[in-house]
Amino acid sequence: MKKKMSDRLPTLPKARTGIEGLDQITGGGLPAGRPTLVSGSAGCGKTMLAIEFLVRGATQFGEPGVFMMFEESAAELAANVRSMGFDLEELQAQKKIVLDYVHIERSEIEETGEYDLEGLFIRLGHAIDSIGAKRVVFDTLEALFAGLSNHAVLRAELRRLFRWLKDRGMTAIITGEKGEGSAVTRYGLEEYVADCVIILDQRIQDQLSTRRLRVLKYRGTAHGTNEYPFLIGAHGFSVLPITSLQLDHQVTTQRVPTGIARLDEMLGGLGYFRGSSVLVSGAPGTGKSSIASKFMETACQRGERALLFAYEESSAQIVRNMRSVGIDLERWIKKGLLQIHASRPTLQGHEQHLVTMHDAVRAFRPTVVAVDPITNLFMTHNDAEVKPTLMRLIDFLKKEQITAIFTCLTTGGDATTAPEDSQVGVSSLMDTWLLLRNIEFNGERNRTIFVRKSRGMAHSNQVREFILSDTGIDLVDVYLGGDRVLTGSARVTQEAQERSAATLREQDHQLKLRQLDSKRKAIDAQIAALQAEAEAETAEVHFAITQETLQETTADLNAAAMSQQRRVTSGLNGLTKGKR
Amino acid sequence: MNSLAALAADPATTASPKFQLRLYVAGQTARSLAAFANLHRICETHLAGQYYIEVIDLTKTPQLAAGDQILAVPTLVRRLPEPIKKIIGDLSNESRVLVGLDIQPVAIDAR
Repeated sequence: MKKKMSDRLPTLPKARTGIEGLDQITGGGLPAGRPTLVSGSAGCGKTMLAIEFLVRGATQFGEPGVFMMFEESAAELAANVRSMGFDLEELQAQKKIVLDYVHIERSEIEETGEYDLEGLFIRLGHAIDSIGAKRVVFDTLEALFAGLSNHAVLRAELRRLFRWLKDRGMTAIITGEKGEGSAVTRYGLEEYVADCVIILDQRIQDQLSTRRLRVLKYRGTAHGTNEYPFLIGAHGFSVLPITSLQLDHQVTTQRVPTGIARLDEMLGGLGYFRGSSVLVSGAPGTGKSSIASKFMETACQRGERALLFAYEESSAQIVRNMRSVGIDLERWIKKGLLQIHASRPTLQGHEQHLVTMHDAVRAFRPTVVAVDPITNLFMTHNDAEVKPTLMRLIDFLKKEQITAIFTCLTTGGDATTAPEDSQVGVSSLMDTWLLLRNIEFNGERNRTIFVRKSRGMAHSNQVREFILSDTGIDLVDVYLGGDRVLTGSARVTQEAQERSAATLREQDHQLKLRQLDSKRKAIDAQIAALQAEAEAETAEVHFAITQETLQETTADLNAAAMSQQRRVTSGLNGLTKGKR
Repeated sequence: MNSLAALAADPATTASPKFQLRLYVAGQTARSLAAFANLHRICETHLAGQYYIEVIDLTKTPQLAAGDQILAVPTLVRRLPEPIKKIIGDLSNESRVLVGLDIQPVAIDAR
């Protein structure tokens, strides 16, 4: 209730720490002008957090700082943080930082009668004034409890110290060792520092240690209450989630081809969305890495940069193996467009891997990132932690508009028992999910691919056969006939059978046509013969008729001649006539 | 601080004092004065002519606090003889001051 009320008031002034992630969790930094307690067990990184707060304050926000240390000397501290790129000597010379090593050796000190810690106040005051400090770190005040026996005086003085710091408007970090049980600190420092308490914690799980940070209390402001993994890397302290607090990354409708023409076709003809995350899952040997490599090669061919995080094979092995399917990665490595980071997943905790990836991506600025496989990287650890970590990675890549392709090994080699269900938790984070399956049939195993999902685009619902050969990757239609799906040689056989059946039918048709033709010819011949016969008969008839006509004519002529003759010889030739 | 300084032993009379003591205080508070009075009395009793006391007021010279690792005030530092010893508090317990300064209460041998 109280917190909500104060939220509406003008926001509490905050001092940015400059530490990646911490400012996001705390909504802008530590309470300005107030002390913050950072508690944790040994080796948690309390000192690192404190020194980074101070160094970044001095270098980035124009707030010089005093580091008052009780446990290690200034030279030791300077040496310890040099690996993070902080040059404390230089900063001291520039009057941006004062390091004051307060050494208390109980054996050297005898206590008699009353005293106070004014000496400490004077030292601190002098250090603050000498550089105009705005920030103060005490690391760690608890050493005082070990060094001085009169704890009543000490507690009174600590109370006075924090009051004094507030009065002077110092943003302070006080580190403290974690106490027994639920106690925040061993000596109850939290009693004095009521404004902000941050707990650091280190846990070992599966032989890998992870560090976590939690804001236990932050008076007067809303803050992330979760435990956030954090790391101390080459660039200092970083708290994850770096980007997972919001879900507001830019999107684009720009598409990037997959490098496999038929696959592009399955994804609405254009490929993946730029900045999307692609999951390629499948049993061992289904060709996941090849799809990822092809995608990277294509990006390189466009002149873009690609980054591969390999957790199974070494860089040289990947180059060799990909060459066998016609993908030449070496060329792009030499051109500086492709980088391969190969490491064992067990090398470090997955938060550490995440930061390694961040750093690599920041340094190389790729447009395409492939992780091969995420299974090895994340699934070996506690599953409950996997999703947030992966989410952070995806969010980060999306924010940078990087298209990411993750391969994911599904358990079990059997293609038909839907082993991919085990990856459902991860898949909800993905925009496109390509599922590769082995289909075992007829004494051989063949690869198939289909698009399980692809957000925001029309995509094919068809299963395609996925063929890896030394000329590259290709997708072909599977044989869909009857109620069967055939792939590989079964498909080829079936196709051949179909082809020969078709040929046979064709030949049969031709034969029939030929038969018909010859029949027609025979009929034609018959017709011709009949016609010839008819013609012959006609001719005969005509001949007969002519003959008869001729005879008649001849007879007539004869008769006429006869009658004429008779007329000439009528009386004389009476005998002749009688002869006829 | 003048009154405190006036009470200090004259260095001229102790050409090479065996005990070089430095008393750090913060301002002229009752506790500072009590500490100096106690110290002076103890020294006169047990280290007559063998000591030299330097009083440092940290409110005036705060930069000197770091040198002797001063945290609490008043702090008495035995700079010589070595090793350096520190006694914090108003020095009201004489026997503990003697233990702290490693002084034999009766006679002083040339250790």
